[in-house]
Amino acid sequence: MSYPADHLEQVWQHVALSRHEQRPYTLDYVQAIFEHFVELHGDRRYGDDGAMVAGLGFLEGQPVAIVGHQKGRSLAERQRRNFGMARPEGYRKALRVMRLAANLGRPIISFIDTPGADCVADAESRGISEAIAVNQQEMFGLPVPIVVVVIGEGGSGGAIGIGVGDRVFMMENSYYSVIAPESCAAILWRDPNLKKEAAVALKLSPEDALALGVIDGIIPEPPGGAHTAPAEAARHVKQTLLTALAELSAVPPDVLVQARYEKFRWMSSPAGMREEWAAVLDNLAKRR
Amino acid sequence: MTEAEAKRMLEIPAELWEECPGCHQLLYGRELERSLRVCSKCGHHFRLSVWQRVNFTVDEGSFEEWDADMPLYDPLSFPEYQEKLEAARTKTGVNEAVLTGAARIGGIATGLGIMDLAFIGGSMGFVVGEKVARLFERCALLHLPVVIFCASGGARMQESLVSLMQMPKTAAAARKLREARCLYVSVLTDPTYGGVTASFAFLGDIILAEPCASMGFAGPRVVEVTKMRMPPEVQTAEFQYQHGMIDMIVPRQQLHETLEVILRWATEHTSEASPHQEGQP
Repeated sequence: MSYPADHLEQVWQHVALSRHEQRPYTLDYVQAIFEHFVELHGDRRYGDDGAMVAGLGFLEGQPVAIVGHQKGRSLAERQRRNFGMARPEGYRKALRVMRLAANLGRPIISFIDTPGADCVADAESRGISEAIAVNQQEMFGLPVPIVVVVIGEGGSGGAIGIGVGDRVFMMENSYYSVIAPESCAAILWRDPNLKKEAAVALKLSPEDALALGVIDGIIPEPPGGAHTAPAEAARHVKQTLLTALAELSAVPPDVLVQARYEKFRWMSSPAGMREEWAAVLDNLAKRR
Repeated sequence: MTEAEAKRMLEIPAELWEECPGCHQLLYGRELERSLRVCSKCGHHFRLSVWQRVNFTVDEGSFEEWDADMPLYDPLSFPEYQEKLEAARTKTGVNEAVLTGAARIGGIATGLGIMDLAFIGGSMGFVVGEKVARLFERCALLHLPVVIFCASGGARMQESLVSLMQMPKTAAAARKLREARCLYVSVLTDPTYGGVTASFAFLGDIILAEPCASMGFAGPRVVEVTKMRMPPEVQTAEFQYQHGMIDMIVPRQQLHETLEVILRWATEHTSEASPHQEGQP
């Protein structure tokens, strides 16, 4: 594959910025956007995962629940946060808080920022696959608005484990992909040096995700990236959340849940397929 | 090898023998078929093609395929992908990495999904996700249980975000089946990894696995290229079973019978109206 050099650099810039160590992380946005944040801890089964934060707060006075991956900056903090790679107990904590929110009718805000879920032996022993699978399935049943924002790295299954929403946004310099471009290059082309080509081929930029129908919008960042003016970046995120919640709050819960199903059911599907399948199901139902 | 075995070997043409990947013994093809492609010497479970799986699992002649004509799809126009898809279709003779349909197991009507490793490693892209979602939706409507034989390297890289989004899609469709109060049995076979384990594979109401099947969240190639430390015993059916993630490890010879009992338990009252519902106001 040959891509124009400037395009390669531009896409790689997205990836590099999404991983920038001064980039605002979930708790930075939480501090800047919500009032009276109360962090909740533990999955009530095994432990508390530092790579996932969950809690309650107010958005311009409106009570909401917040879940999100958390990275660290100092070495100690990075280790405590497991480099943003959430473990099974992290996904289960997030689900516990999301269920609480749903029960009390509070909207859910989810911040995605992970290179991928933790997949070491320890995570396997506590069912990392099951935890991520159950979260996705359960998020389809929560009768409250869910707004998802990819603030940095949208790393594969680790991301989608808290990524099912009625509205999904990406920050201008974030990426969202099924696999890290370095790994993709190494696996597919046996050459990790082709990471930039992989980044382009994977269509991991916000513009690509928007064109594919995977996200609903792109949140602008200050020139140079969110870390150059975090308060401004947070203002953009807050504005997006307020607008999305205003729209979603008007939707009856059963309609909301059905629309969420349809959104993911027909995401990126070929033209006409949805109507065709609806006709097949209609016929089946009539014959019964 | 006994003298009799050696003598018999000489009498049978070489192409009728297969080497067991487990113990490297040569096995006579026809006997191997009769033992459902399980090594009679060491118990190694050979990987199956989808049609072998159909033959070993369902009542003879009962399989009816669904969505067999779904077209190939390359949503990202990923380099060399279209060619790869067409080559896989020619090689395997199936339309994508999962075969779906209806069948009977011990006389019980069920929806059936069988993943095909030979088709780009059994990876899940849009078409696999779509066929699996339709399997769940159709069975929810027809009130049928679903059995899926999983075998997959994970999400299909060449479809990136679109393949990732098959995870929530299939998870949501499995939820529809549950809401219709139908049973979903997931059977994990060698190998099951990545986006498939972290979606519908681990969402079975009952999860079975074949002995020694390899499985896990991070696929073997990801483990390899990221140089992650992963003791070999971790990504196995036995490890998952020990940690409570799987209900049973079932040798292939017992699979049909086990499925039949489970399906009968799940469907008996719905296929024939239960006594307390009948004739009561």
